[in-house]
Amino acid sequence: MTTTSTKTDVVRGTSTRRWRFPGYVAVFLGPALIIYTMFMVYPLLDSLRLSLFSDEGAFVGLANFRELLPGGSLSSSFWNALGNNFVFFAFHFLVQNPVGLFLAVLLTQHLLKRGRGTYRTLIFSPTVLSVVIVGFIWQLILSPLWGVVSTPLLGLTSTALPTLSLMSVWQFVGIPMMFFYAVLVGIPQDLIEAARVDGASGWTIFWRIIFPLLLPMLGIISIITYIANLNAFDLIYSVQGALAGPEFSTDIMGTLFYRSFFGFQLQAGSTAMGATVATAMFIVILLGVLVYLFGWAKRVETYEL
Amino acid sequence: MKRTFTWMIAIVAVLLIAAACSSDDSSDTTAAGGDETTTTAAGGDETTTTAAGGDETTTTAASGDTVELVIESWRNDDLAIWEDTIIPAFEAQNPNIKVSFAPTAPAEYNAVLQGRLEGGTAGDLITCRPFDASLDLYDAGHLADITDLPGMENFSSVAQSAWITDDGTQKFCVPMASVIHGFIYNADAFAEVGVDVPTTEDEFFAALDAIKADGTYDALAMGTADQWEAATMGFQNIGPNYWKGEEGRIGLIEGTEKFTDQQYVDTYNTLARWADYMPGGFEAIAYPDSQALFTLGGAAIYPAGSWEIGLFNEQAEFAMGAFKPPVKAAGDTCYISDHTDIALGLNAASPNADAAKTFLSWVASDEFASMYANSLPGFFSLSNHEVTMDDPLAQEFLSWRGDCESTIRNSYQILSRGEPNLENELWAVSATVINSTATPEAGTAILQEGLEAWYPPQQSG
Repeated sequence: MTTTSTKTDVVRGTSTRRWRFPGYVAVFLGPALIIYTMFMVYPLLDSLRLSLFSDEGAFVGLANFRELLPGGSLSSSFWNALGNNFVFFAFHFLVQNPVGLFLAVLLTQHLLKRGRGTYRTLIFSPTVLSVVIVGFIWQLILSPLWGVVSTPLLGLTSTALPTLSLMSVWQFVGIPMMFFYAVLVGIPQDLIEAARVDGASGWTIFWRIIFPLLLPMLGIISIITYIANLNAFDLIYSVQGALAGPEFSTDIMGTLFYRSFFGFQLQAGSTAMGATVATAMFIVILLGVLVYLFGWAKRVETYEL
Repeated sequence: MKRTFTWMIAIVAVLLIAAACSSDDSSDTTAAGGDETTTTAAGGDETTTTAAGGDETTTTAASGDTVELVIESWRNDDLAIWEDTIIPAFEAQNPNIKVSFAPTAPAEYNAVLQGRLEGGTAGDLITCRPFDASLDLYDAGHLADITDLPGMENFSSVAQSAWITDDGTQKFCVPMASVIHGFIYNADAFAEVGVDVPTTEDEFFAALDAIKADGTYDALAMGTADQWEAATMGFQNIGPNYWKGEEGRIGLIEGTEKFTDQQYVDTYNTLARWADYMPGGFEAIAYPDSQALFTLGGAAIYPAGSWEIGLFNEQAEFAMGAFKPPVKAAGDTCYISDHTDIALGLNAASPNADAAKTFLSWVASDEFASMYANSLPGFFSLSNHEVTMDDPLAQEFLSWRGDCESTIRNSYQILSRGEPNLENELWAVSATVINSTATPEAGTAILQEGLEAWYPPQQSG
């Protein structure tokens, strides 16, 4: 026991003596740190602070949050929005990842002799479009008056949220595709050839060799998607408006936040309730990230290739 | 080859983004446009200013006492009328005051305005939404008290009711216009199908049946995707005949009537029948879609507000007429929604309060009333001045004021102050009832429950 502790002390002692904090690092980090603190950290902390105060500026503790719990005035809207958020995420997780992976595999296959770059760019291009454009185009395509389907997909409570989720998947499928593609092209051919020599079928090669190598990336993509989906607002707002119809069936926390903070039509905006919803969003996202970090990232095996 | 193609796609993508961004930019430029002209106007005096030591007060004095006023508004449709007609008329009489009209999209107006007022960047003149939205701004000290403004005597107390404090002592906006609900119809289609203009509910549905049976036209041009049409052009349009206008509206405020009462359930029962006559897939048809459907001649009847007149006159190439919300039985007293909709107030933080008051007094004048009503047919002056209008459709709407009892939308005064917000719920419930995902009874129960959650007069009863 004692020996080890003295040993570490010695090590630490020598390291501090030899290693001095390089000043240029501060110069490099400084501007970014200052800007990030001013425009991200401070507003975030201030928003957390605001959620503990009433609109009149009096400290109310957690009373604002009680409105979100069963019995509170925002309770039904909040839990509806949270549920919709998770449905929105589920669609992305269950559709975007497999489709993205499938496209990435197709792109790395030798079946595709020509135009690989073109396809890659085409599939990725919706990602860089403005959400407003995507929403508008799809609204026209799906319009029962001028569009190609007569079913009012965006107007029925049962289909509106899945339709919007798939619109968003269509737009962003390029991102998981690119991530998976990057991993797939990085897998050495010898591994696959060796497996083939051992008599493994294509299916076995995918599940036993490629898929385990993809798992860490799947986690990263999922957590990025989770954060983006829980923060989503723009698509719903541009297609369905702030009231997220029909019958609040597409209302997510972003639109609920917008209505509570800025108000809507005759509804007066409330800084306190807006900050409260924003804080709740922050907590939900934080919980998700923690689950990822401790439940997934620590357990999944990463292979050095 | 492959590379070039990739680059081309990348460039197209960038162009698309640029296009998306530039549309944002252009609205900014319009808003900022006014400021730029000031700079140019003051430009000639720049040397003087520098000589005077760059003192700010000197700058204002040096630029010939020209004051720049900015009007905040949600009426972006009216931009051309303000810039080409109204503002030049005012500036001709007041050469020292320059006015610019800086509208925001209607759906974003409240939020944007709130932000600008709090940040101190809002314009001098604020277009006022009726009732609580403006009252809140007044209570927060953003709107100035203009009770004593010369010209306010030109408005009746009903006209002013939407922009006064609850005790009625302080006024904070000059009423500009009201809008009237009703139905606009395609007269050519009516003649072709052979239906008469309906006055009673039975005639109304008979006409709808005839148009539907004929099949050339969609009977009713309306969708429920945006929800507010269901509430505004549906519920608030035909409802006053059921709840007897002001009687019912005051009853709800005082707690003597409930949303679960028969008259409200009946309103929704009638509204639910509309679904059969609306275009297929109406659940996903948005407001601009139904406007286009009607003006392109695809539908026979458009449940309307008078504010549509200007656009419809411009776009529709067929004869149009209007009829008021049909009554239950011939000879019944009719009620119309003659809603106080728009007013103009003074930003309490405006540095140009005197010039702004000059403008507001002019807004209260005979000249403005007539100019506004005629350049924006469908926005009816709230002043006591005699205004003659040329537009036949607007005249038709206005003539109902003589035949019927006027009321305003029942959710606007007091009742939308709490959470859950009544107006938001009305939108959702009205759309749901037409979509027949809720029965009229269930819908009105939701409204009543929401009101009882926070509004004391409804709790005791």
